[in-house]
Amino acid sequence: MVNVPPNHPLAIDPHSPVHKVEIMLSMILRTGVIASLAIILAGTIVRFAHHHDYLDSQSQLDDLRSRETFPHTIGAVLTGVGQGRSDAIIAVGLLLLIATPVIRVAVSIIAFAYERDLVFVLLTTFVLGMLILSFLLGRAGG
Amino acid sequence: MTPLEFTLLAFVLSIAAGFVGSLLGLGGGIIVIPALTLLLHVNIRFAIGASIISVIATSSGAAAAYVREHMSNLRVAMFLEIATTTGAISGAYLSGHIRPAALFLIFGTVMALSALQMLRHNERDSTAPVPPDRIANRLRLHDRYYDPNTGQVVAYRVTHSGLGLILMYLAGGVSGLLGVGSGAMKVLAMDLAMRLPFKVSTATSNFMIGVTAAASAGVYFARGDINPFIAAPVAAGVLGGALAGSHLLGRIDSARVRGFFIVVLLIIAAEMLYRGYASW
Repeated sequence: MVNVPPNHPLAIDPHSPVHKVEIMLSMILRTGVIASLAIILAGTIVRFAHHHDYLDSQSQLDDLRSRETFPHTIGAVLTGVGQGRSDAIIAVGLLLLIATPVIRVAVSIIAFAYERDLVFVLLTTFVLGMLILSFLLGRAGG
Repeated sequence: MTPLEFTLLAFVLSIAAGFVGSLLGLGGGIIVIPALTLLLHVNIRFAIGASIISVIATSSGAAAAYVREHMSNLRVAMFLEIATTTGAISGAYLSGHIRPAALFLIFGTVMALSALQMLRHNERDSTAPVPPDRIANRLRLHDRYYDPNTGQVVAYRVTHSGLGLILMYLAGGVSGLLGVGSGAMKVLAMDLAMRLPFKVSTATSNFMIGVTAAASAGVYFARGDINPFIAAPVAAGVLGGALAGSHLLGRIDSARVRGFFIVVLLIIAAEMLYRGYASW
């Protein structure tokens, strides 16, 4: 994640509306990645703090590596976080990471609407619709 | 192995995968999946689920910089994402309905093709006239970018948008099916078919990969294929490795490194193919 060189002729114009959108999208992506990794790290620390046997016992690994009991619906994740479950906390971080590009698309719709670019509002809304559909499809047992 | 040892080992392997992936421009997914399945005996569905998460992290991190530098073409990206998200959902849906042995075979094939594609040198004549394209004109896809190597602002025109959409549907399908970014396919479609400058293609591909991967990840998460125990160290490790790799990229003899890694990739591809064949 390098910074823009100060003599950059295209990205330096602070009055360009296109560049304002670019800065905003860049911020969303960066913040989303950093925040989600922080949550994932926190969940991992909670996991090993709660289960001291994870540090020296060999018997749980197969269970952790293959079990299908971790929360994988939004409802189960929220319930799990309420109970302080570490896999639910990590799942919040994973969901935030998945949501980061989705938020980027949603903000782009607003930016195109602001520029009165109807065709791109429609195109981008279609992409957002597909992203929401992906969640529904997976739940339907896809 | 204790769960702590597994977490640390997966983390270290993922750092290596992200590092090598970024040096090769392949993304970490295509390397981390064989590492998890062949070395740590992780179920291939969980390996794919963890990989797709790491793909979102690395591409979003890289795109944050490219977008700021006006290297990514946002309009081209949004236009093509129609096809990549549709393809990704198709692929992710399909992957839940085919047997793991088939996933190994398809993965080995795609990996071998990616390695062979890296052998090719791109010697397209960039001064050849770009054929006119009505969609590109109507959607105002043409743009310009700043090349830091030459210090010039370069204007470029986009063409063959329809062909680009078809290729992107396929790239999205591979991404959804195998949990990889399919960045090589995206760059190829933009660079060769649509005639975007190579640097713009790479930057735009990175920007698009996150959205493509999010569409796949939605299906995988809701289906229960994203195991937090495995995805956590993989996402953090691949991102860290990719960041380190991108800092080193300008300072190494890339031709020699590429030659070495292409051989490694082909060996791993053969191993994945054998695994699929043996468990059929």
